[in-house]
Amino acid sequence: MTDVTIIGAGVAGLFAAHELLRRGVHPRILDRNGPPGPHGCSWWAGGMLAPWCEGVTAEPVVARLGAGAASAWAEITPVTHNGTLVVALDRDRAELSRFARRATGHQSCDTAEAEPDLPRRQGLIFPDEAHLDPRRALADLQAKLAAQGVQIETAAATPEDVPGTVIDARGLAAGLPGLRGVRGEMVVLHAPDIRLSRPVRLLHPRHPIYLVPRRDGLFMLGATQLESASRAPVSARSALELLSAAYALDPRFAEASVFELGADLRPAFADNVPRVIVQGRVLQLNGLFRHGYLMAPALARQAGDYLLSGTKGELVHEG
Amino acid sequence: MRDFYGVTLSNAMMLGTAGYPSPAVMEAAFRGSGAAVATVSLRREAGEGQGFWSIIRSLGVRILPNTAGCHSAHEAVTTARMARDLFETNWIKLEVIGHADTLQPDPFGLLQAAETLAADGFEVFPYTTEDQVLAQRLIEAGCRVLMPWGAPIGSGMGLMNRQGLRMLRAASPDVPMVIDAGLGLPSHAADAMEMGFDAVLLNSAVSQAGDPAAMARAFALAVQAGELARDADPMGVRDMAVPSTPLLGKAWL
Repeated sequence: MTDVTIIGAGVAGLFAAHELLRRGVHPRILDRNGPPGPHGCSWWAGGMLAPWCEGVTAEPVVARLGAGAASAWAEITPVTHNGTLVVALDRDRAELSRFARRATGHQSCDTAEAEPDLPRRQGLIFPDEAHLDPRRALADLQAKLAAQGVQIETAAATPEDVPGTVIDARGLAAGLPGLRGVRGEMVVLHAPDIRLSRPVRLLHPRHPIYLVPRRDGLFMLGATQLESASRAPVSARSALELLSAAYALDPRFAEASVFELGADLRPAFADNVPRVIVQGRVLQLNGLFRHGYLMAPALARQAGDYLLSGTKGELVHEG
Repeated sequence: MRDFYGVTLSNAMMLGTAGYPSPAVMEAAFRGSGAAVATVSLRREAGEGQGFWSIIRSLGVRILPNTAGCHSAHEAVTTARMARDLFETNWIKLEVIGHADTLQPDPFGLLQAAETLAADGFEVFPYTTEDQVLAQRLIEAGCRVLMPWGAPIGSGMGLMNRQGLRMLRAASPDVPMVIDAGLGLPSHAADAMEMGFDAVLLNSAVSQAGDPAAMARAFALAVQAGELARDADPMGVRDMAVPSTPLLGKAWL
């Protein structure tokens, strides 16, 4: 089986290509916008590989399959295996105990030890979680594919246009029934004086946020989660809420430069769990919701298993 | 009673649609509880949440759009009109927030918006406090249903001012009233129903629970229990013990 075409060069499509190459299949990749960039929602992700934190609200399969993401990505791009810190403001300490009760894979910690740069608070640390820089990961993945002779071709296509086996990983553009867009808004801050060695999540009853450290003093501050299919730029209200929460976490963020504001839609099915949907010769890989980097490796693996050995993993839906 | 602008509901539980882990979990909460009404917030998701709206429509329950997050009468009226177009219903749960921290209603803005909307043909469900004067003014403005709070939105504290709520209930026995906001536990909902309220509206108590579907079911049972108890005419409270076993029949040992 060498005749596989992947449509969509976001994290799902590129990881599927990587997975196929590992198994000796040499796919083509088509994307109407060419290589990854601001046109795709993978560009705007946080890059947290945090299956245990996400497991508090996500279906159990997400935590179970996401647990392998960090090691899968480490073959492709630098992954920081330094855990996640979860904190709450003093008046929301009850939120922290509730989160602890509902999560696994954590221990309590003193934030002054974990992140000496932050104001001292009670927190939880999830030592086995990790993070990566999504834009670097996309570039590294693209380079790795190119080194094996797979280029991203700039071409608009639907599965009907292409012969042979097709992996359709176009996200919302695939227009699948039951697929909806969930709006997310994020901010990139430049705060070279603040040092964090791992993602920090602030539990807050109204405005929960996370901050993911990136290179060169940059921090990704995210993210709203609105049941809306609007791609409008970040709203003033969301920017205020995100920035206020960052300020509450550490007042020094007030002096940070706002480097970038971004908004896009996460493709999601009703249960917010990604799927491989088999439609004859077409495999739909979609619905990664806020778990693009966490779930792309498992989704690609299950697509590969199905294509090459007919194994039906738990993300695979025939129909 | 349970008659809301001419509509008789099959169930005294209304359920919000915000803050669930996923739409699938929300759907399970509706199915598990049999809630008869879904409230939907419009403000931040203005008109473009088509995927989410179609999931809510597919629940097959009556939709009560709200003006959550509106801080002025003008904003609330605009949102209500948008909701009427989008959901093709005259029902509107009117929220005009007066204070960002407590989210308590702004009584003046609420009354103003209620007057405007009632005159415009809306069937208004005003989110109000237990204040009797305000309740009377809202009724005069054309509201045929009231939604007094139990406690601040999302606080989970239950019925904070039981005496005030009792007085409100007694003052307008013929106006359907829904306890809206502040309920955290099924016992709070049973309490409200036992006190003679006609329905309860919940959101965070269910959506923020570890198992929303199970919690929704627990609330449904509590609402039913409270309603049954009210209709069964509870015994009176006495300040001394009354033996339930007649002393006469006791063996003399």
